[in-house]
Amino acid sequence: MVERRPWLDILAHIILLCGVALVAFPLYVTFVASTQTAQEVAAAPMSLLPGPHFVENYMRALTNAGVGSMLYVSLIMALAISLGKIAISLLSAFAVVYFRFPGRMFFFWMIFVTLMLPVEVRIAPTYKVVADLGLLNSYAGLTLPLIASATATFLFRQFFLTVPDDLVEAARIDGASPLRFFRDVLLPLSRTSIAALFVIQFIYGWNQYLWPLLITTQEDMYPVVIGIKRMISGGDSVTEWNITMATALLAMIPPVLVVILMQKWFVKGLVDTEK
Amino acid sequence: MATLSFRNVKKTYAGNVAVIHGIDADVKDGEFIVIVGPSGCGKSTLMRMVAGLETVTSGEILIDNKVVNQLEPAERDIAMVFQNYALYPHMSVFDNMAYGLKIRKFPKDDIRKRVDAAAKILELEKLLDRRPRQLSGGQRQRVAMGRAIVREPKVFLFDEPLSNLDAKLRVAMRLEIMKLHRRLGTTSLYVTHDQVEAMTLAHRMIVMNQGVPEQIGTPMEVFEKPASTFVAGFIGSPPMNLITVATTAEGSVQTQDGITLQIPADQIPDAVRGRPVILGIRPEHIHLNSQGIPAEVEMIETLGSEQLLHARCGQSPIVVRCPTSLLAATPFKPGDSIQLGSDGRHALHWFDVQTGRRI
Repeated sequence: MVERRPWLDILAHIILLCGVALVAFPLYVTFVASTQTAQEVAAAPMSLLPGPHFVENYMRALTNAGVGSMLYVSLIMALAISLGKIAISLLSAFAVVYFRFPGRMFFFWMIFVTLMLPVEVRIAPTYKVVADLGLLNSYAGLTLPLIASATATFLFRQFFLTVPDDLVEAARIDGASPLRFFRDVLLPLSRTSIAALFVIQFIYGWNQYLWPLLITTQEDMYPVVIGIKRMISGGDSVTEWNITMATALLAMIPPVLVVILMQKWFVKGLVDTEK
Repeated sequence: MATLSFRNVKKTYAGNVAVIHGIDADVKDGEFIVIVGPSGCGKSTLMRMVAGLETVTSGEILIDNKVVNQLEPAERDIAMVFQNYALYPHMSVFDNMAYGLKIRKFPKDDIRKRVDAAAKILELEKLLDRRPRQLSGGQRQRVAMGRAIVREPKVFLFDEPLSNLDAKLRVAMRLEIMKLHRRLGTTSLYVTHDQVEAMTLAHRMIVMNQGVPEQIGTPMEVFEKPASTFVAGFIGSPPMNLITVATTAEGSVQTQDGITLQIPADQIPDAVRGRPVILGIRPEHIHLNSQGIPAEVEMIETLGSEQLLHARCGQSPIVVRCPTSLLAATPFKPGDSIQLGSDGRHALHWFDVQTGRRI
């Protein structure tokens, strides 16, 4: 925008405010609902002012409803998926870029093709495999099938390709073994990409719904996303919306924290690479 | 300290593309050898084979009389300075220089001592904590050399180390490399396409062309007795004038346009009589001579202390180098007629028309 007209500025701000309201209002309602009693939430229209039951509701959610343990399951799952993905993708990208072995391109394309096969598509056979391996209701079952990642492998491959060949050769002359080169040179250079990927994959892992729904049958292995769904009971019993809303807000905190804490690196990793 | 030898070294890439057609050479202990040639002549490939970054197709490379063909780069006890410096961007200057030593498990205080000593030689003491990004091109170049020095290798390899620097810095760094070599006396192999670098740095130089060493010799040998028309045209600036002429048995020399060059018969060796040959004369060995052959001025380049007179004698272009003082009295314009003569027997180089080799 080259022109500077006051009314354009005002219009732009109004549009932006509308956008913010659109995104923030449901969050606000969630928060308000989580501070009222179940009856107050159920009343129509519901009051839009926060009620006095904040501490009470959250304590109940964390203790009685078992949200604490669900958050823990979710955290383990998200961390295992994101860290596992990063570790495996880094190594496979390293192999594909820096080693000449028979079938190198074939394997790369095999990895690439799996981009077309997200979890949802291969969910039935994957379930069969996991069930046969006796991994139902376990962390391994929750995380392993989600760890292999073509996206991350591809991203790291593209990054490694931009690392000058000179560096590899200098390291060879310096006497660095391949893994030493990987550890001392490649990893530090990939720091920002790793951070960006961690953020994306953490949220991906945290938000998994379908897969945990299939393979967990015991309450103590439910991640929080499933927990929220289970609180919204259909049929006869009454849904305690205040507790559900409190759980929803609690479930939002870890991903938000990850984004906020890693924001600087995240942006850097997506925008530029340090070379 | 070591010697370096090439025994009929050849390099062929997949698909039978031969880039180096067989090189034999011996580098003496402590010698500074410059490999010079136009781009694509195989000079970098040759150096990379010494470094172990390329495999040798056939033949042998020996460092200190030991065949190193099958050794990893790290086992050859060489250090290489790359054209783009190849510094590790996330490490400080100190760590960049120390990395090779750390991997070789040198004791910490020894590493410190060596890096400090190298930093002192290269005037990098104040920069040891910086990252490569925070350094100028010349400083990065010095770090790259420091990384090579601390290892105290048997052979230094320089792969066009100065080509990314600006002209002034290049001259300065050239002198530094010379000083460094005098101080350390390490056997060095230096690849460049810049003939000035080659002339000034080399004890001996290898002039390469299309994978073949055209001439191996000291800079003065190469300059005064170029072994082929390629060398004659490559070394020296501006390059040697090369004119195709026909000589008679009696010793008269005619250009292809039928202009007779007045060269005294005693300056024409018997070997070149009675056949077509290429006559080479360096621009500095031609002077204005009122008795000489006629030519026409086409263009004048002023370089300050001297001027380059681009003239044409019949169809043959001729470049003459004149001191500015000489032309100040009688300035030429394009189109003027001049007469040219040469300096005598030592100024004349004869080459075979077919092979281009010196006669």
